[in-house]
Amino acid sequence: MNTLKDLLVDDGLVFAFFVVGVVMVASHATSKAVTRGRLQGSAIAIIVGLVLAYVGGHVTGGEKGISDIAIFGGMALLGGSMLRDLAIVSTAYGVDLREIRRGGATGILSILLGVFVSAIVGAAIAAMFGYTDAVSMATVGGGAATYIVGPVTGTALGASSEVVALSVAAGLVKSVLVMIGTPFIARFIGLDNYKSAMAYGGLMGTTSGVAGGLAATDKRLVPYGAMTATFYTGMGCLLVPSVFYFALRGLFG
Amino acid sequence: MVVIGVALLAGCYLVGMLIGDLLGLALGVEANVGGVGFAMVLLVVVADQLRRRGHLEPVSEQGILFWSAMYIPIVVAMAATQNVVSAVSGGPMAIIAGVAAVAVCLALVPVLARIGGRAEALPPLRDDEAMEAVR
Repeated sequence: MNTLKDLLVDDGLVFAFFVVGVVMVASHATSKAVTRGRLQGSAIAIIVGLVLAYVGGHVTGGEKGISDIAIFGGMALLGGSMLRDLAIVSTAYGVDLREIRRGGATGILSILLGVFVSAIVGAAIAAMFGYTDAVSMATVGGGAATYIVGPVTGTALGASSEVVALSVAAGLVKSVLVMIGTPFIARFIGLDNYKSAMAYGGLMGTTSGVAGGLAATDKRLVPYGAMTATFYTGMGCLLVPSVFYFALRGLFG
Repeated sequence: MVVIGVALLAGCYLVGMLIGDLLGLALGVEANVGGVGFAMVLLVVVADQLRRRGHLEPVSEQGILFWSAMYIPIVVAMAATQNVVSAVSGGPMAIIAGVAAVAVCLALVPVLARIGGRAEALPPLRDDEAMEAVR
């Protein structure tokens, strides 16, 4: 038994390939048998992944989902940002750059609007819960943008660690919700062409959320959504602790 | 050679990320700004040039297409390593803030997608396997 465990720990990445393969096969079978293909196999697989992440986090108390359980450690490498971004870049192969250029205005506007609208919504919710100082509102607003912008803003402005933790949690909620919700809402927001995918990527901004949401909806949209989402976190880190914070301070003192 | 495609992808990735890091540095933010985007543009342009000059054989393309096909499995692994417990147990404020931000931004997708005329919908997708076969 120990020999097997050592093997799975040592050869973690190979075991992760196997685990993900099993999840994919089971999810596609479920998609066909239970939902008659109405819910895509990849959407089910991502939900299964999130459930595994919950189980892993619940059992170990760690922050990296299932990969905190030793034998599933390889999942952290397979699902980490390095291979994820490499795979995202590869999906661009064969994309027509003219489409990206045609969607340029939509893309740029969606990033700016996405950062500010999320930050305003987050700050407003923070105020409703009694966090009425500009620093806390900006930090939670940053978290509502992505779970990276929140702590970056909080650290820059000197927010309390409690508020920073809340901002990370808000960003995580957003990311998980985008992954799960996108395939269900895609039809209603017209998410079926390159331009709406660019708008979606810029408005949502969370790289993991967009990567998961588009994978579950239609993989062909991935490069367009990823193209705009990739600028979002950087723009958020730039705009939220500066422009947005000063605007809040001007308005609320 | 398959590895030529993989190396091309890796090279574009690294150069794109470097541009994103430098842009972040120039803007004074501790984040990569657009690295993935620059890498994607680079891959499309460079691969297109190589193909036109006959330097990119179909077998080399397989090195790129493999990673493209691995995209969804990788995203599933990504989902399985998210901090879902923190998201669920973040308390009402974190949950409401996250949900509200998503709802408002989703509602804006059709508005922004209309700028400069609506784009045509992609042809219907039968399933993932069919798509991989086409590519």
